[in-house]
Amino acid sequence: MEVLDGAWLIPALPLAGFFTLLLAGRRLGDPLAGWLATSAMGAAFVTSVVMFGRLVSMPGEERRHVAKLFTWVPVGGLQVDAAFLADPLSITMALFVTGIGTLIHLYSIGYMHGDERYSTFFVYMNLFAFSMLVLVLADNLLLSFLGWEGVGACSYFLISFWFTRQSAAVAGKKAFVTNRIGDFGFMVAMFLLFANLGSLDYFGSDGVLTNAHRLPTYTASAVVLLLFLGACGKSAQLPLYVWLPDAMEGPTPVSALIHAATMVTAGVYLLVRAAPLLVEADPAVTMFIAIVGAATALFAATVACAQDDIKKVLAYSTVSQLGYMVLAVGSGAYVAAIFHMVTHAFFKALLFLGAGSVIHGLHDEQDMKRMGALRKWMPVTWATFMVGWLAISGVPPLSGFWSKDEILAGAWGRSPLLWLAGVVTALLTAYYMSRQVFLVFYGQERWRDDVTADKGELTEPEPAVGTPAGDHGGHHGGARPHESPWVMTLPLVVLAALAAFGGLLNLPFSSKTLFLEHWLKPSFGEAAEHHVLGGGTKIGLGAVAGAVALAGIAIAYSLWYKRQPQENQALEPDLLKRAWGVDAAYAAVVGGPGRLAAAWAAFTFDKRIIDGAVNGVATLVRGGGDRLRSVQTGFVRNYALGIAGGVVALLAWTLARVGL
Amino acid sequence: MTAVLAAATSVDLAVFAVSAVIVLVGAFGVVFSRNPVHSALMLVMTLFGVAVLFVAQEAHFLAVVQVIVYAGAIVVLFLFVIMLLGVDREENVAAEPLRGQRPAAFALGGLMLLLVLLLARADNWATGAPSARGVASGPGENVEKLGRSIYTTFLLPFEVTAVLLVIAVVGAVVLVRRPASLPENTPGDEDGPDSSRPDQSRQDQEVPA
Amino acid sequence: MTVDGSWYLILAALLFTIGAVGLLIRRNVLVMFMCVELMLNAVNLTLVTFARMLDDIGGQVAVFFVLVVAAAEVVVGLGIIIAIFRRRADATADDLHILRG
Repeated sequence: MEVLDGAWLIPALPLAGFFTLLLAGRRLGDPLAGWLATSAMGAAFVTSVVMFGRLVSMPGEERRHVAKLFTWVPVGGLQVDAAFLADPLSITMALFVTGIGTLIHLYSIGYMHGDERYSTFFVYMNLFAFSMLVLVLADNLLLSFLGWEGVGACSYFLISFWFTRQSAAVAGKKAFVTNRIGDFGFMVAMFLLFANLGSLDYFGSDGVLTNAHRLPTYTASAVVLLLFLGACGKSAQLPLYVWLPDAMEGPTPVSALIHAATMVTAGVYLLVRAAPLLVEADPAVTMFIAIVGAATALFAATVACAQDDIKKVLAYSTVSQLGYMVLAVGSGAYVAAIFHMVTHAFFKALLFLGAGSVIHGLHDEQDMKRMGALRKWMPVTWATFMVGWLAISGVPPLSGFWSKDEILAGAWGRSPLLWLAGVVTALLTAYYMSRQVFLVFYGQERWRDDVTADKGELTEPEPAVGTPAGDHGGHHGGARPHESPWVMTLPLVVLAALAAFGGLLNLPFSSKTLFLEHWLKPSFGEAAEHHVLGGGTKIGLGAVAGAVALAGIAIAYSLWYKRQPQENQALEPDLLKRAWGVDAAYAAVVGGPGRLAAAWAAFTFDKRIIDGAVNGVATLVRGGGDRLRSVQTGFVRNYALGIAGGVVALLAWTLARVGL
Repeated sequence: MTAVLAAATSVDLAVFAVSAVIVLVGAFGVVFSRNPVHSALMLVMTLFGVAVLFVAQEAHFLAVVQVIVYAGAIVVLFLFVIMLLGVDREENVAAEPLRGQRPAAFALGGLMLLLVLLLARADNWATGAPSARGVASGPGENVEKLGRSIYTTFLLPFEVTAVLLVIAVVGAVVLVRRPASLPENTPGDEDGPDSSRPDQSRQDQEVPA
Repeated sequence: MTVDGSWYLILAALLFTIGAVGLLIRRNVLVMFMCVELMLNAVNLTLVTFARMLDDIGGQVAVFFVLVVAAAEVVVGLGIIIAIFRRRADATADDLHILRG
């Protein structure tokens, strides 16, 4: 009995949690439903660890096992199994999805306390976990797609969890529709692969990855571009990122889990998994991917510098970091992309949960301009947030530095311009994150009424983005901010430790410390690129990265640490606040020409052409029938004519056969 | 085309020609006579002509049977029915109520003739072995040869046709049988109401119970 | 001793055609029936001719049976005609047109 055959348990446990909570969640109530969901995730994590242990015990080349559950689609030439792949890449993904997932579920027990749809929240969370795990553990594209769609659906459910608020419902729709565009790319890529290779499995004798070299370059390029389209949707790259900032309407644990650590990484996972295909594609395609990634990273970083909402900063930061991962993929540095994915999951989840803790502690205040000096009031949150801040800024020796540095090294190897974009982004990242830290935890206590009175905005503000509708009231300044309960701070501490020491996974000092790279090598085959950068170049690049991080912090310190926020209006131009007007542009295009096109399609094309064709066929048939009806005169003698005609025809045919 | 007897003499030719004329004139007569009785008589003429042609082809028995059965019984039957039903009224042959029937009929007829004649010129027809059923030529009477063939090789069809005849007779009797309540007169003699309706007086008597 | 068979065949073809055309043209049921008899006779003539040409008594046997069956057919057909004519005195072939489409 092969241990790895139990890989199906990993997604099955959250699924069992989902069903149980679906049926009995309401009765279990607050907080039992939450504990059940967390236990399911915890059990899945333990199973992942067991699978990991088993894989480690196997020799390197053999680390790939497919556990087939049943034949899912046996249709002619298409044979798709419900089978799970246990190989280094998928188990790595499963580990951090379940691990961080468990921590966030634990956190949610406290965060969602008091919400009237408490158990429903955990129903969706477990369903999401199931979908994500199916996505990463699937051994074929179709099953992955099932998970892909599942996480999209759960994202929709969870973003619009507080659907009574208009903006939340709209945000959920936006996320779903934007993702759909990406899904189209994924689907067409699947069609192309099946048409060319006859299978949708990853590995195996006719797997698309093992046979990638048999594809002609243009096909491989097309497939890669289509998969990238899918990744753009899911991982919020430049044209399709618009849903992610709006997704902050969902509860903060959702933002942490789905929109920081897991779902958004699905796109990157897909691209990394398809590394053998990327290698076969035209180099221009991968360059394009790298450019899009770098552009996204830079763009989002600029926007993050001007956001006031604590979650929006983190949302754009996520888009930016995802851009880094895509840049890494485009540069061929797949291990770096995964490394950054893992470290980013640690520190971004930490930052989001910390933000959630701040929001919770300030009774649902999300505007950073109304925060300040929380260092005294929420020490644990402050301390862990600092760790996350240093990690994301790329300050050595925390994890973020090592993973970002690897990406920058890979970018340098591809093109110095890409590297430059990455470095500028790193500078901006350090800047805006420091700005956030100084605004939230230092400075003056702007959340007190007497301080905010100066700004002349004493009117009762509407509930902030991300507020549970009708909960917590929203009193400002009256109650003191309080530290969050242990269920919320414990995950923070764990994540802080991981963010601090996560760099140990893949230190570039020598081949012996490159654990992650060695571990992931069997998953990539020959596609894994080896960065042959000279020792001097590597140290130089690393030094630049570290220096840039410190510079960004220094700039932010000088601007934000001591001064009042309103003195820095010039640094936050409206253009950046509105994300360069991208959302407005989309609305104009879709609302104007888009609506016209839709109207044309519905009324002109569908009604006149298609319906016309269908009705036309019917009319034609009826007309033909009417005309043919006249043959049936009812007179026997006419029918006798017909018989005579038939005889003549037969005679003629016989004559033709005989050949006269 | 084997075993053809000696070349045709001029008498044979004359006989054939005359018979052919009789046959064709009779046929035209059948088709184009306005009076059905005339048509029947023309039919008799055709049948006689065909009988002569049978004799000329050494099918003596069939010629006799043709005259006796066809001309003697069947046409007489026709005449009986014509007279009985009084349908000897003249039909308006000139007019044709169905549009296009006449031209189509002539066209198809012409085509049919042409095609059959062309087919007849072909010479790669498949034929079976004659000895299976007996030769027509050679010593012995035609009747004897025919009888031998019918009563041995074709015994079953013979019996079946006998049964067929019985069935036909029975069927005919059933068909023309009047229902019991109808009066015993033919519609041709009346110019009153439809004879199929039972006599009114009779019904009235039966009603009160 | 007699004329070449092909003449008989031509004659038979002519007779058949005349019978066919007559069937299509006439409206009187009895005359139509007589045209059918013409066609049957044409066939009989053909069969006898081939019996002679191929020296096979089977042709004449066939004519024998055709004769018998034609007789039966006439009997039944005339019976039907009588049954029809009981209803209407001047029934023609065109009266049956209820199956008009």
